[in-house]
Amino acid sequence: MLTGAGLVAGYTRGHPVLSGVDVEVRPGEVLGMAGPSGCGKSTLARVLTLLLAPWAGEVRLDGAPVRRFRHAAPREQRTAVGVVFQQPRLSVDPRFTLREVVAEPMLASGRAGDVADRVDELADQVGLTAELLRRRPHEVSDGQLQRACLARALSLRPRYLVCDEMTAMLDASTTAALVRVVNAHVESTGAGVLAISHDDSLLGVWADRVMRLAP
Amino acid sequence: MTTTAREPRQAPLGAATPLLSVDRLSVRFLLGRGGRRGEVRAVTDASFDLRPGQLLTLVGESGCGKSVLASALLGLLPGNAQLRGTATLSTQDGGRVELLSAPESVLAGRVRGRLVGLVPQSSATHLTPVRTARSQLLEAVRALRPGLDDPAGLVDHLAERVGLEPAVLDRYPHELSGGTAQRVAVALALAGDPPVVLADEPTTGLDRPLVDRTVDLLAGLAEEGRAVLMITHDLAAARGVATDVAVMYASRLVEIGPAGRVFDDPWHPYTAGLLAALPEGGFTPIPGHPPELTALPDGCAFAPRCALLGARDERCTGRPELVRHDDRMVACRRPC
Repeated sequence: MLTGAGLVAGYTRGHPVLSGVDVEVRPGEVLGMAGPSGCGKSTLARVLTLLLAPWAGEVRLDGAPVRRFRHAAPREQRTAVGVVFQQPRLSVDPRFTLREVVAEPMLASGRAGDVADRVDELADQVGLTAELLRRRPHEVSDGQLQRACLARALSLRPRYLVCDEMTAMLDASTTAALVRVVNAHVESTGAGVLAISHDDSLLGVWADRVMRLAP
Repeated sequence: MTTTAREPRQAPLGAATPLLSVDRLSVRFLLGRGGRRGEVRAVTDASFDLRPGQLLTLVGESGCGKSVLASALLGLLPGNAQLRGTATLSTQDGGRVELLSAPESVLAGRVRGRLVGLVPQSSATHLTPVRTARSQLLEAVRALRPGLDDPAGLVDHLAERVGLEPAVLDRYPHELSGGTAQRVAVALALAGDPPVVLADEPTTGLDRPLVDRTVDLLAGLAEEGRAVLMITHDLAAARGVATDVAVMYASRLVEIGPAGRVFDDPWHPYTAGLLAALPEGGFTPIPGHPPELTALPDGCAFAPRCALLGARDERCTGRPELVRHDDRMVACRRPC
């Protein structure tokens, strides 16, 4: 279980964006998170992916408290939570090919041995062709790049996945396709998912339960 | 879901002659010097009319050529773009401007902002970060209406028109929420009182209530007699307010018609596929990928993904032309 208890977090001293949020992402379930712009959805995503240290409160990963965040977090905890952001173009290195984008977490975590096979397997899951894997971000569409970002997030077989407005930039067909990929990952690995979206009709068909964050 | 619950709007019947008439517009980008590395066919033979009171939404997947079409109409394409066809804008004094062949001086001096207003994607990044919303609106009003007695009064009027609190105008862009910045952008587009408004993905990144407010605002512009072209990949947003819808796939328009009828009974299998991919439509993605705009097939570009063909195991050869049936047009060789 990925839990946050009494989370207080923000960016400017004295102005917390989250003030005392409790959240519980259970294995094998998709927790939807809704709320208006600016209510702290993305801040909560950053705390739960260990990218932002909360000012107060505690994050626990399968029972173990997370004591350090960002680069200081132990690798075992850092790689247990995958993340897909809203804007694929802002979340990849523009100099990488899509193959390198997908392979990077495996290389960075010392699993270079099985990279080639694993990238092909992931590309197949998310629907990227070998030809697309050879391209760089400026040569593919938003939807194709977001497919690569999802493959990257799944590359280390995370026990939890945070999708922060993963489909907000995408058309209906690509949205449905990527949600299917996430659901297949949940079914095959029992991972827990936090799906952040402002689209109630999407969460209605995707999430097992929906939590609303107040502004 | 307020958006889907609303009745589809209808364009006023017998609406006047088109304000904007696009005929077989094609845009190609040559890659490498002189096209040595091939070409991107971004828009192919697009034809449509835009009348006063119409809110035409152009929908399609990202990368299908929608935004290029809008940029072409405003002369905002890069130098390696090659245009073909015509886009004729009728002016109120009975004159005509041919947008594709107009020199930059005409586009800058008469068209942009004055005859055609643009609401850009991600408005916050289009505003100058170091000046307040009011100062930018005032600059636009002074530039577009030089003879006006009371430009500050018009700024207040524009703000009221788009539902902005006067106090908000004195904020800097980083102090505006996404929805408020979008309203400032609409006010800017209206500064020159243009009869035609182009909105390029005006709702991307906004949450659902803000999407509804933005599209309602655009619908209001159509209701007061302007012609609005809204480009979007958000079918749910389009559905509530559009009078007409045009569906684009792989650089071509594949279906055009009154919004209510197209959404209720799509004729083109791609339109049907998009609607079936919506959460409330079954959430089934269209299999496969759209073709590359650098390597479009000769026949129907949708054939490899077509549900009609899959079921019947038939081949669809030859390119389907956009054919008119009453008030709708569809480019599909299957009988409808």
